Amino acid sequence: MAFVNWLKRHFVVIAGLFTLGYLLLPNVIVTIFSFNDPKGRFNYEWQKFSTDAWTDPCGVSGLCDSLTLSLQIALWATLAATLLGAMIAFALVRYRFRARGAVNSLIFLPMAMPEVVMAASLLTLFLNMGIQLGFWTILIAHIMFCLSFVVIAVKARVMSMDPRLEQAAQDLYAGPVQTFLRVTLPIAAPGIAAGALLAFALSFDDFIITNFNAGSTVTFPMFVWGSAQRGTPVQINVIGTAMFVIAVLLVLVSMLISNRRNKQKA
Amino acid sequence: MTDVTNKNDNTGDVRLSGISKTYGGFTAVHPLDLTVPQGSFFALLGASGCGKTTTLRMIAGLEEPTSGTVHLGDQDVTRLPPYKRPVNTVFQSYALFPHLDIFENVAFGLRRRGIKSVKKQVEDMLELVQLGEQARKKPHQLSGGQQQRVAVARALINHPKVLLLDEPLGALDLKLRRQMQLELKRIQTEVGITFVHVTHDQEEAMTMADTVAVMNAGRVEQLGAPADLYENPKTTFVANFLGTSNLIEAEVDTKSGDDIVLKAGGGKLVLPQARCTAPTTTGGKVLVGVRPEKISLAHADDAGEIPEGRNRITGTIADASFIGVSTQYVIDSPVCPELAVYAQNVDRDARLVPGAEVVLHWAPAHTFGLDAAQDIDAGIQEEAV
Amino acid sequence: MATVTEAPPLAPAPEKKPPRKRGRWTPYLLLLPGLAWLFVFFALPMVYQASTSIQTGSLEQGYEVTWHFSTYWDALTEYYPQFLRSVLYAGSATVLCLLLGYPLAYLIAFRAGRWRNLIMILVIAPFFTSFLIRTLAWKTILADNGPVVEALNTLHVLDVTSWLGMTVGDRVLATPLAVVCGLTYNFLPFMILPLYTSLERIDPRLHEAANDLYAKPSTTFRKVTFPLSMPGVVSGTLLTFIPAAGDYVNADLLGSTDTRMIGNVIQSQFLRILDYPTAAALSFILMFAILIMVTLYIRKSGTEDLV
Repeated sequence: MAFVNWLKRHFVVIAGLFTLGYLLLPNVIVTIFSFNDPKGRFNYEWQKFSTDAWTDPCGVSGLCDSLTLSLQIALWATLAATLLGAMIAFALVRYRFRARGAVNSLIFLPMAMPEVVMAASLLTLFLNMGIQLGFWTILIAHIMFCLSFVVIAVKARVMSMDPRLEQAAQDLYAGPVQTFLRVTLPIAAPGIAAGALLAFALSFDDFIITNFNAGSTVTFPMFVWGSAQRGTPVQINVIGTAMFVIAVLLVLVSMLISNRRNKQKA
Repeated sequence: MTDVTNKNDNTGDVRLSGISKTYGGFTAVHPLDLTVPQGSFFALLGASGCGKTTTLRMIAGLEEPTSGTVHLGDQDVTRLPPYKRPVNTVFQSYALFPHLDIFENVAFGLRRRGIKSVKKQVEDMLELVQLGEQARKKPHQLSGGQQQRVAVARALINHPKVLLLDEPLGALDLKLRRQMQLELKRIQTEVGITFVHVTHDQEEAMTMADTVAVMNAGRVEQLGAPADLYENPKTTFVANFLGTSNLIEAEVDTKSGDDIVLKAGGGKLVLPQARCTAPTTTGGKVLVGVRPEKISLAHADDAGEIPEGRNRITGTIADASFIGVSTQYVIDSPVCPELAVYAQNVDRDARLVPGAEVVLHWAPAHTFGLDAAQDIDAGIQEEAV
Repeated sequence: MATVTEAPPLAPAPEKKPPRKRGRWTPYLLLLPGLAWLFVFFALPMVYQASTSIQTGSLEQGYEVTWHFSTYWDALTEYYPQFLRSVLYAGSATVLCLLLGYPLAYLIAFRAGRWRNLIMILVIAPFFTSFLIRTLAWKTILADNGPVVEALNTLHVLDVTSWLGMTVGDRVLATPLAVVCGLTYNFLPFMILPLYTSLERIDPRLHEAANDLYAKPSTTFRKVTFPLSMPGVVSGTLLTFIPAAGDYVNADLLGSTDTRMIGNVIQSQFLRILDYPTAAALSFILMFAILIMVTLYIRKSGTEDLV
């Protein structure tokens, strides 16, 4: 009875931790298997411990090229989508204009559309226009689907911003440009950064839309997809593990820094 | 509306001529003429939505008037954007820049005007508002009262011709508010700049301002020195909004010399002609007003001891609340229900308890007369927080 | 002096007014580049796809618009099992995501204390490992003779699931269960984050108030917490169901030819068989089916301020 009561009281914690385990299990497997030395072409069964892949992460032809390409595309897509998206967000929050409803739906629809539909229709456009598939078509597609997410992230931040702050800047002799640069932009910065981060992650990890519109160009997800058919090199796990670790470390360091800064000031 | 006074230097005068603001079909401010003389502490007082903030924002340049002009001294600034006006604002809830520290908040205006060496000025200003130690903190690390002082410093450092204050104390608790009222008054006396202060708190307006304009529904109801407004309200709105008034419906009976004699219920009330703003034709209706603290209370048994020549009304005590320095009575009278009487607790009469028969009496000189065509309850508000 | 007969109407709050008329063209200039991008590369392609879906012809001779609407009918009759399967798999994954995600979101919002940030990082961090790599890891986890399958076998869970048609024999890999499991895994964070956002907004004092007013913990949850988290539930289910219904990665990597979803069909029609009209028609059917379902769902749950 005592045990049942304990279970009842801690049900949320137990169930929550189970879900967390479910979320993290594949990452654990990816990490463990980055030290595997598989027998055949596929890295699905444990054979024996080896650090070969870690010492030679670019040892598989095409892997690091695809990684570089993905990073490049993600960077450009993030830049463009953040710029265009932030502009839309400012217009939506700060101005009144005609056809606001239509604008909102044009921004909302790409997020409510299965990727495969967008991917297929974009491919029809490119085929009809006779546009060569490759780097540029991937970039165009990525900017398109990242845009809406940036708008949402920036809009949320700008909306929660007190309009009196901008009025105060104007009252204190800052013209429109100065007001934007000195007050609006710095305060909206966290929202813009969040949007940019989201765009980067979405673009870097995108597979379905890229799969349709890449032609013979190979991004990192495309490389992984291809290797799932032909044989999975251990180096894929190395890259996956490294990205996970780097991401967690970056977040932890930035949290530590902001914590320390707050403590110093308090 | 009337000019207040005119001093020799008028570069800090604010002159509004026929200024109005409409949003779609709604008129927030009806055409308004107003002059605030250089160096005065001027309060715009009214309930929320009366147009006082809109008026202030039109002076600041944050709102474009639908009609009329704004002059600062002799300069027409109606079409100038806010960043070109020699006017600064202390915003409601302060609008301190959250990403800048206190020093940079205060230096903001100086830097925008291209002044390079701001250190000395900012430090002096922070000293004036007693925040020298806090210069490198961010706004959210300060208390409400400190934030308020930063907002004042940030505006004052620019030596504006006029300082506009939009409910600057609204976010503070009562005790701090009283303290900051005195503080702001001190600063104003020290720097000698024209202050235009918007508030819904009548006590605040009366404590701080030399001149108060009471606004209602986009119009100025009455303008004058606080004591003058309090003693001689000209409308029921002002009578009820500034403090509390007992308003009794009465009928003009006769006139004798400078006084009007009125009939209210069975009794007679005397009102000096000079203190009546209503037309007084015999048989016409007038609202007779008297402030609760002017009324004396006597037990019905002592009615004979009341001196001759005082206005009197009989009634029954409905409620008595003891609040320390005074006791507040509610008295039901056949003439008027729920009359308020505030009695200082000097010698408390133990017989004055709910149910007791009493006589209310006051000097006719403390009576004022208002036009009975008005809403008798205008301006009565829910207790402001 | 004005005569006042009634209380003044409330003025609209001046701060909320749209800014001054100066710069009337600014909003349009700000909107133009982004909206043009979305128009040309999102809206316009839909038109092209619509026209492709009613064309006939062949790759060699080229295609022509012949208003051949029967492509839609043919596509539906041929591929309705894949459509049904998509709805079924995506629906099951959505329900599982809700069941798994709610406790975790609740844990982060109310019970995690100083661990809150760490758990949040752990929920988001897997995103940084490419989802394809993580999906491939499920091949190892669900491998035949692996510990998971052995355990399920010993507990006779597989007997139940194979009777339900979710698994085949002693295997989990290459069965519907594996696909649903992968879909659930892939879209779980999209359920947890909106749930967390709406749970976090709930004042914990409401729980105390409910307890004070004689509600047991379970009643508190049913009558207070869950209703208040509805916006999160609605947006979470949408963010899970929509991408899951169009997904083909999980069905391809973890399933077999018997678990093909509509995404797999569209992908192979477009990229391998090159039957563009059929592919376009299928894509359109999927889009309309989802738009209709989503609209009905949002109507029913009464949460229209999702964006």
